[in-house]
Amino acid sequence: MRRLCLLALSVCACSLISFIMPCPPAAGEDEAVGRSMAHQATKSVRNWSTSDHSKHKALHQAFESGAQVTSACLSCHSEAFDQFKETIHWKWLAPQDGSGKKYGKAGDSVNNFCISSNYLNDKKCLSCHPGWEGKKDTVNCLSCHGQQDYNFTEGFEDYAAFSRSKDQEELEIAADIQKDIQNAVQRVARPGRKNCGKCHFYGGGGDGVKHGDLDSSLTAPNKSLDVHMGVDSQDFACTRCHTTVNHHVAGRIYTIPAATDRKSLIDNDLTSKITCESCHTATPHKAGQKPNDHTDKVACQSCHIPTFARVNPTKMYWDWSQAGKLKDGKPYDVIGPLGKETYMTIKGEMVWEKNVKPQYAWFNGSIKTLTTKDIIDPSQPVPVGRQMGDIHDPNARIFPFKIHRGKQPYDKVRNTILAPLLSGDDGFWNTLDWNSALKKGMAHMDQPFSGEFGFIESTYVYPITHMVAPGENVVKCVECHTGKNGRLANLSGFYMPGRDRFKPVDIPGWALVIGSLLGVLLHGAGRLISNSSKKEEETIDEP
Amino acid sequence: MNPKTTKIYLYTRYERFWHWLQMALIVLLLATGLEIHGLYSLFGFEPSVEIHNFTGIGWLMAFAVFVFWLFTTGEWRQYIPTTRKMLEVIKYYAHGIFLGQPHPYPKRKLAKHNPLQRLTYLSLAAFLLPVQMATGILYWTYNSWTSRGFDFLSLQVIAAIHMAGAFALISFLIIHVYMTTTGHSLFAHIKSMITGWEEIDEGVKIEDWERARGKPTQPSGT
Repeated sequence: MRRLCLLALSVCACSLISFIMPCPPAAGEDEAVGRSMAHQATKSVRNWSTSDHSKHKALHQAFESGAQVTSACLSCHSEAFDQFKETIHWKWLAPQDGSGKKYGKAGDSVNNFCISSNYLNDKKCLSCHPGWEGKKDTVNCLSCHGQQDYNFTEGFEDYAAFSRSKDQEELEIAADIQKDIQNAVQRVARPGRKNCGKCHFYGGGGDGVKHGDLDSSLTAPNKSLDVHMGVDSQDFACTRCHTTVNHHVAGRIYTIPAATDRKSLIDNDLTSKITCESCHTATPHKAGQKPNDHTDKVACQSCHIPTFARVNPTKMYWDWSQAGKLKDGKPYDVIGPLGKETYMTIKGEMVWEKNVKPQYAWFNGSIKTLTTKDIIDPSQPVPVGRQMGDIHDPNARIFPFKIHRGKQPYDKVRNTILAPLLSGDDGFWNTLDWNSALKKGMAHMDQPFSGEFGFIESTYVYPITHMVAPGENVVKCVECHTGKNGRLANLSGFYMPGRDRFKPVDIPGWALVIGSLLGVLLHGAGRLISNSSKKEEETIDEP
Repeated sequence: MNPKTTKIYLYTRYERFWHWLQMALIVLLLATGLEIHGLYSLFGFEPSVEIHNFTGIGWLMAFAVFVFWLFTTGEWRQYIPTTRKMLEVIKYYAHGIFLGQPHPYPKRKLAKHNPLQRLTYLSLAAFLLPVQMATGILYWTYNSWTSRGFDFLSLQVIAAIHMAGAFALISFLIIHVYMTTTGHSLFAHIKSMITGWEEIDEGVKIEDWERARGKPTQPSGT
């Protein structure tokens, strides 16, 4: 008996003690699996280059045009352009799916920001195309590889003007300009955050317009904005995760997910590092921790990016139907409290927000974007860009999104989205005439326009995947596991502890509890009354 | 008026330890479980989950020891259900207790529980607690359902059963705590569960069938 008692005592005491006083593990052993795996996968960033481009003879010639610079690059990197020509960065078209619709900025795709590039006829869009001087004939290698800010267009023009002079002084100026050009050409490297950011931070026509998790604050972020890119942290360039094969940069291309299988570098050491799991594995937290059980249904980003646009504001709403108003006969802008335009005559009304809580949805990595060829239902908000995947899709996870709402023109007769021409002499920004801008835009795309247009409400989603916050700022369990306005309040079809109640059990359950309580209270009161009346009888009887 | 009372050593050290340990575990499980259910914020959701899981597993281990004890000591016989005197006991709590009548089923070393208690504790130990443990373990291992071939289960159903068990336990707790006040004095029963010594009326005859071992005993106290 005594032995049994001791055994029982020790079992229970052990279990009690071990959770009341969790032993702090020894330093070093404390690191979560996912963190140590990632550290191993990204060890020592040293300069691995075996080449100093400032010493290459090919880059010491007098450059008179961008095309000459490209030829110089290709004289060594012989396959580069052939590779690059095939990429979405050059073509602005996603691989075709046989539907007859061309997905991509250079195709039929539309969004609800600047709406369309009209088959690249909207010249303003070409400011991001990696060709020389907004032209589509030769690639500008320096768009992505140049490490020096230099205006080559001006440089070549000035050089051309001065070098043809007979004046000695002007020729000297020309020589200086040529030196600057060569310096800029020789300063090439793998793309840095600034190279990618030049376009991707400013998508939609301005800083932070499109993504919400990509803006100029990521050029030199601190750790609290992004644990990986932070200059005081890992100092990752974009290409650290967006790994590149033959100039194809890893990442989502419209309906094609960034990664089709979830492989870590342990499964395949040549896999792209585009997913969190590539480096951190599918069970990145310390053994036995609950978050490890979530990775099959919840994307890492859902917890690790509590809010986006944490430094610069992002555009959340863009109403094109308000564009075209004049003040004293002139176009005007209104600057809002966040220092951003809340109204522009050429663009309409917009709403900017900072520190935005994402919205959550099941997502398998594909985004379906509408084209000018899709028939829409104008009676309700049109999902111009929407995430694919649902709870039954094994590849889908609950993922955070920025949802950009807006109003944009559509064809009232044909029920299709219209792509106006915006920039240029004939564009809306110059004429402020919707009808002509829409006609011109649709004519450039060789697609019909009935002539009758209205504005539809629309939504466009952007997956939130950058701006990964430090561990101490992650979304707390209770922000989703709550019945009161939790982050996942709008997701249904599954039972979530803390959020969901099963009323057929809860209501009778509470009735039972309250009934028991009332029962014992009544019983106790009965005993109290009968007891005191008995005592009274006794005291009366006594004398 | 009151008959003379005497004290008997009713609850062994292990029984008392088990009782209070189980009480602590159940209270902790209820407190954390109801927080996880979203009723209030006490420990925080995450600590609640951790405490709940750990306590649940701890309870499971301790319960295994209890079952072992039950069968090695033969104490399981104390829980054999019976309907005899059941009506009297019900009548007593519904009526006699208000009139100050004596309990129709006095406690003895070999007959610790009255028929109502036997039924309650048996349903608790043999049904409710195992159901809580089974649903708790399933809930806890939710992520490996697929690999274990438990895909047919629904988390909502498991959670609902686990919650139903919790409500039954709360109800039991309320009534059980209240019943401790029905002894010779308000705290008599609680005191005996601490010291092991229960105060009983002298000279009340215990019938043979009431005894857990089903055989005649020597006079109490020896």
